[in-house]
Amino acid sequence: MGVLDGIGAYFILLYRSVAKPEKYSMYWREILRQMNDIGVGSFGIIAIVAVFIGAVTAVQFSIKLLAIGTIPMWWMGGIVRDSTVLELAPTISALLLAGKVGSNIASELGTMRISEQIDAMEIMGVNTRSYLIMPKIIGSMVIVPPLVITAMFLGIIGGLYAGTWGGFFTQEEYIRGLQDQFNPYYLTVLMIKSVVFGFLIASISCYKGYNVKGGALELGTASTDAVVMSSIAIIISNFIIAFVLL
Amino acid sequence: MIEIKNINKSFGQQQVLKGISTVFESGKCSLIIGRSGSGKTVLMNCLVGLLVPEQGQILYDSRDITKMDNKQKQGLRKEMGMLFQKNALFDSMTVEQNVQFPLDMFTDMGIKEKQERVNFCLSRVSLVNANAKFPSELSGGMMKRVALARAIVLNPKYLFCDEPNSGLDPKTAIVIDELIQEITVEFNITTIVNTHDMNSVMGIGDKVVYLFEGMKNWEGSSSEILKTDSDNLNDFIFASKFYKELRKAALK
Repeated sequence: MGVLDGIGAYFILLYRSVAKPEKYSMYWREILRQMNDIGVGSFGIIAIVAVFIGAVTAVQFSIKLLAIGTIPMWWMGGIVRDSTVLELAPTISALLLAGKVGSNIASELGTMRISEQIDAMEIMGVNTRSYLIMPKIIGSMVIVPPLVITAMFLGIIGGLYAGTWGGFFTQEEYIRGLQDQFNPYYLTVLMIKSVVFGFLIASISCYKGYNVKGGALELGTASTDAVVMSSIAIIISNFIIAFVLL
Repeated sequence: MIEIKNINKSFGQQQVLKGISTVFESGKCSLIIGRSGSGKTVLMNCLVGLLVPEQGQILYDSRDITKMDNKQKQGLRKEMGMLFQKNALFDSMTVEQNVQFPLDMFTDMGIKEKQERVNFCLSRVSLVNANAKFPSELSGGMMKRVALARAIVLNPKYLFCDEPNSGLDPKTAIVIDELIQEITVEFNITTIVNTHDMNSVMGIGDKVVYLFEGMKNWEGSSSEILKTDSDNLNDFIFASKFYKELRKAALK
């Protein structure tokens, strides 16, 4: 019953956060701020992880292919490309963002709640559900796809350098594999996943942070819950999208 | 003017407010006093619409907030200012941005006009050269001043102060009290202060409402408090030996 209550409260909060802004310029400014915080603030970690994920994929698959012996090494480009585009770039990036951005959003809103800043806005006449939540969700949905696309390119580049430095394949072989049987529809799936993950991270973290009651202990719990719930939602939705779209 | 009629509020089985009725007039500082747990904060939250009473009316110049939907409440709230116990300043914004926030959100003023208004409000609360500071760099008294400046920046008709002196030294507390009273008279605001600071009661209480166990036990002016024969109120106000002696001397 608690879980159902929580899901119901989550959807009610989302519904109530959709309202006409008191002033568009203030909301626009807030969306840009969120895009900057989420995008610029997370670029470094996403880039580092993407490069190494691509690299490790290339190395591990190359070792396997060499052991089998009958499969040409130029296939590696296609293997790294498809695993990065379909799975690694969107899912790993989203899980990283759930940890970094999710806890950040929940802590920010939770602190505002327990220090009465949200009440202060309410008394001023601000629709806090709309002003504090909607820009975060929109900002996240807009900025997560470019981050994921960046992660995709960096992952593929990481695979190239790891494979060539390790002597598993040449640059020409890798590029031939990248171009072979490329399905552009996979990019559509990547974009859909990115937008859905961006929405889930921001909305779940906002829900957890906005509804904090109590003090520092509850704030910590909300922050942890935001990361855990976002991660679970990402994994489940990843499966659903793959099941429906592929 | 704010008129409340027969307000009742419960949380589960516990009835916190029991049939409270009173009138808070404009241009006057009305104080709600009472022991911890007597229902002061719940009454304040009902007044500003953060809580909805089960029964009764809260009339803002004849407009009943208990009957309003969220949109109507938002409209009415633009006429309210509130000073929170913990100040509730936006900690990611500077002093200037804090005070300017309501202007940014609800007015179409130009940048220069907004800056003039912000500076006027900050100077009105005697806070100068602090525009670029963040709340974490301010003292308790300075934070109260910023919160007060933010509360009055939209020229509110109604000002609510929840324990404005909490955490302040006696001298700063008196300064804040005097500021609240001056602003109330100057801008003809209906001001309601939630407090258990006896200096405030004696200093700025144009009207005092005493709550006891969720009921209105007494109401009158600060000068009438000295002469009241309500044992309950006397026990609360003149709890210390010093205040008991003071009362005796005053009555003589």
